[in-house]
Amino acid sequence: MKWFVSMAAALVRLVIIVAAKLITGAKALGQVPSLDTYGQPRVYIANHTSHGDFVLLWAALHPALRKRVRPVAGADYWQAGPLRRFIIHHVFNGVLIARRNKHEPNADDPLAPMLDALKQGDSLIFFPEGTRNLAEPNPELGYTPLLPFKSGLYHLLNRAPHVPCVPVWIANLNRVMPKGRSLPLPLLCTLNFAPPLLLQHGEDKLAFLQRAEQALLGQAPGEAQ
Amino acid sequence: MSQDMQMLFLGLGLFLTLASVIAKALQYHHAQGQKRAGQPPSASPVLENLTARIKAWWGMIIVLAIAFYFGDLGVIVLFFLVSFYALREFLTLVPTRHSDYPALFAAFYFALPMQYFLIAIDWYSLLVIFIPVYLFLLLPILAALGGDTTRYLERTSKVQWGLMIAVYCVSAIPALLLLDIEGFAGRNLLLIAWFILVVQLSDVLQYVCGKLFGKTKIAPTLSPSKTVEGFVGGILLSMVVGAALYHLTPFAPWQAALIALLVNLLGFAGGIVMSAIKRDCKVKDWGHMIEGHGGMFDRIDSVCFAAPVFFHLVRYWWT
Repeated sequence: MKWFVSMAAALVRLVIIVAAKLITGAKALGQVPSLDTYGQPRVYIANHTSHGDFVLLWAALHPALRKRVRPVAGADYWQAGPLRRFIIHHVFNGVLIARRNKHEPNADDPLAPMLDALKQGDSLIFFPEGTRNLAEPNPELGYTPLLPFKSGLYHLLNRAPHVPCVPVWIANLNRVMPKGRSLPLPLLCTLNFAPPLLLQHGEDKLAFLQRAEQALLGQAPGEAQ
Repeated sequence: MSQDMQMLFLGLGLFLTLASVIAKALQYHHAQGQKRAGQPPSASPVLENLTARIKAWWGMIIVLAIAFYFGDLGVIVLFFLVSFYALREFLTLVPTRHSDYPALFAAFYFALPMQYFLIAIDWYSLLVIFIPVYLFLLLPILAALGGDTTRYLERTSKVQWGLMIAVYCVSAIPALLLLDIEGFAGRNLLLIAWFILVVQLSDVLQYVCGKLFGKTKIAPTLSPSKTVEGFVGGILLSMVVGAALYHLTPFAPWQAALIALLVNLLGFAGGIVMSAIKRDCKVKDWGHMIEGHGGMFDRIDSVCFAAPVFFHLVRYWWT
């Protein structure tokens, strides 16, 4: 049974990667992480405009690196139902976190599963805006601007200060599959990788979040290149 | 493949081999020159670009040879894919809104396959008006039903423009297969090969002449690399080649020369227009399809403009 589940997961992974590349191109540009970084934890941060964001970022990475890159996802959504559980655990090896819950203020440390993953040398895909940004692309800029970053990114890196954070701008995916549409349009998506950032010793929360935001925006189309 | 076609591809292969050898020699010469001058070795951007272009040409010739090997259907499938990649690049680059989804959906999943299906089943009277008339009416209806009026006219025009240039204009090339030219039966593939060769060669020769003799910029705001010397040299040389290869066509030598001149002028205009759109969208290349080489439209901009006029010219005078 275990063997069957892992075979099925490998097959689903292959289908997802081929589909993502065929439909969107999933072209990685900029400072794409090389194989030398294998086994070194990274926190990939990206703009979040579509359910497919983490899939595309994951698919765009080198196959060897991809094995150790784990999306951070909300437990409440992904634990509901056997299919979702199979996808997040077996296909993507995701790190599930409990969202802040007012009724259980004394719940476990929400950062613990992420810190454990980083300690093992795995990397994370993390969306610092905290929620999907469903706004239309700004016609002047040509892209959907960022929502202000939540403080989660700072708290995570504050407890793992040696881990570099890699901003990645995912362009166009919200046009491939706008909210509420199920068939994707074959528009091209690019992923622009920025140089890694490190949380400076004693850096203020606001200053760091702003720096990370600027670094990510710097990869938006029209600004970089 | 017919014997003429085999000879044509053989000739192109030899020509490209020669070009590859020359590029290698130039690179060697460049490196030696730097060594003699005591400079550290560095790549010359012009030579790098030349090598990249030759590589892309090898790729194009191989893809074309495979398609031509499979005959009419191979060519229709090839240009369907060219249209698909071109449309995708165009619609990726021009901004649309979420409510354009139905129109974009219709463009990719209805208009594009339908246009090539009409060619495959030889329904001439519908294929010439399908996009200019029926899609022209359907797209704004779909956009209006979405209820979003922000930049409405601009958005619907963009999708229509993309379909016209990437699907309608490109599909004029495989549509040449449908023409019944007297005394030319079964040789339409050669006419397609002649057309692509003349237009693409003019691009290459304009680039080469521009690099060798170029001084005066012809369209500085649109395309700073295009020069008057390159324009004149490239178009005239390609016209000579087009006339020399007249036996691939139903034309007399002087007719082949005139038609080559016309499609080359149109091809040049196509390059300028597509460049203007790129500037408007603030990008340098249409895409990243070929490494360091831009996208599909960077290769086919000239063909897009020349193909429909060439098609109708041949249809009017030779059928």
